[in-house]
Amino acid sequence: MGEFRMPSLGADMEAGTLVEWVKHPGDEVARGDIIAVVETQKGAIEVEAFETGTFARTLVDIGATVPVGTPLAIIDTGAGEAPAAATPAVTAPEPVAAPSRAGAMPPPEPATVVAPPPLVAPAEAGRLRVSPAARRLAAAQGIDLAGLRGSGPGGAIVSGDLAGAVAAAGEEQAVPKRGALDIGEMRKAIAAAMARAKREIPHYYLQTRIDLAAANDWLAAINAVREPAERLLMAALLHKAVALALGKYPAFNGFYEEGAFRPSAAIHLGTAIAIRGGGLMAPAIHDADTLALDEMMAHLRDLVARVRAGRIRGSEMMDPTVTVTSLGERGADSVFGVIFPPQVAIIGFGRPTEQLWPAPHGIETRLTVNATLAGDHRVSDGIAGARLLDEIGRLLQEPDKL
Amino acid sequence: MTQQDIRTVLADEFGRIAPEISLDEVDPDGDLRDEFDIDSMDFLNLVIALHKRLGVDIPESDYAQLASLRALSNYLAARVGD
Repeated sequence: MGEFRMPSLGADMEAGTLVEWVKHPGDEVARGDIIAVVETQKGAIEVEAFETGTFARTLVDIGATVPVGTPLAIIDTGAGEAPAAATPAVTAPEPVAAPSRAGAMPPPEPATVVAPPPLVAPAEAGRLRVSPAARRLAAAQGIDLAGLRGSGPGGAIVSGDLAGAVAAAGEEQAVPKRGALDIGEMRKAIAAAMARAKREIPHYYLQTRIDLAAANDWLAAINAVREPAERLLMAALLHKAVALALGKYPAFNGFYEEGAFRPSAAIHLGTAIAIRGGGLMAPAIHDADTLALDEMMAHLRDLVARVRAGRIRGSEMMDPTVTVTSLGERGADSVFGVIFPPQVAIIGFGRPTEQLWPAPHGIETRLTVNATLAGDHRVSDGIAGARLLDEIGRLLQEPDKL
Repeated sequence: MTQQDIRTVLADEFGRIAPEISLDEVDPDGDLRDEFDIDSMDFLNLVIALHKRLGVDIPESDYAQLASLRALSNYLAARVGD
């Protein structure tokens, strides 16, 4: 029997709210299938199953907020032995190994004890007694069941108990509906991660100016004969060049935890995506070094759309081995990012601009971009960082080979 | 297709990309990307949607002409139905 547990979807995540079951008792579940939607500070995340089997039964109700590690459902793997996942403590926020990670990750910080949230109705830890009709109504209206008084048998919450909450839900959402992001909560999560990064990671910074003339000309020629839906953006070239360069410089691709750096064989490129209203997420493009430019472009478009729709998956949140942040055409000349722990580097691209450029026959203007690296000085030094940036620049001189 | 029809399509598509901004609020001669706070990915998505809905294929070399909402509307009006 396997247990599907509340996963840790970020280094500082302590608890999550189950908002939707995507698979139901009786369904076949394959490892990697989306099994549920969980609400975190960073918004709704689609969580993937870690084991293959048949969904046996749920253990937690929709709307419940439970600590990371809490069992949410039983998956019948047919094996009959204890689940492969690490011992889940109700007290410790311990992430479960995602399929594409190198190995199970213990929490990078001392675990904090998180008690289950207090519930009004009489309940065993984590379970609310709610009638099926009330549960459906609450889910449809985005009402938080915890904190409601139950008038049904044994103090269970029934539909009538929701009347006041339904009226209030119109004015104020107690539990954000799937896709409705709470920017305030997201900013708190970002604040915690960025503050921790600056406390713990000794950053060093490098910048180099890259000639984009060849890449730009190649892109213009390609796009001139393509329909809009097939066109590439410079972003796709930049991301591919970074992914390939990292293959040569492994000190920038992996995780630093518990005093040691573990390079990652796979290159899962996190890409920073701004959310209108002030949010930010940096989900992973898996195996970015293996993607053709068209595939890279498709992934970038898809991620941007899903970030804004609140449909990012757990593996996309957990798996980035490095991050790229590109400000684009309306950005500043350079961006020196803050590393997302437990990663060890963040590569930035500023706004491509025409600059004076010495050429054999004199001075001309060329499209150039400032590429930057913020590196973790515990793991790498400037000399390696400089070589990484040079390699990125070199790769961008031959766009047809990307 | 009238200018009003085009405006309806633009309102719809900008509504998807920049839901918090209404067409009536923006400066029709202001910089399009600034007015709607959009980046090149958003702009490409807009071009793709306009191609699909209006049948107008805007080549990259014409992007610079679409500097404002008014310029975009006029560009489309001249080409819809071609």
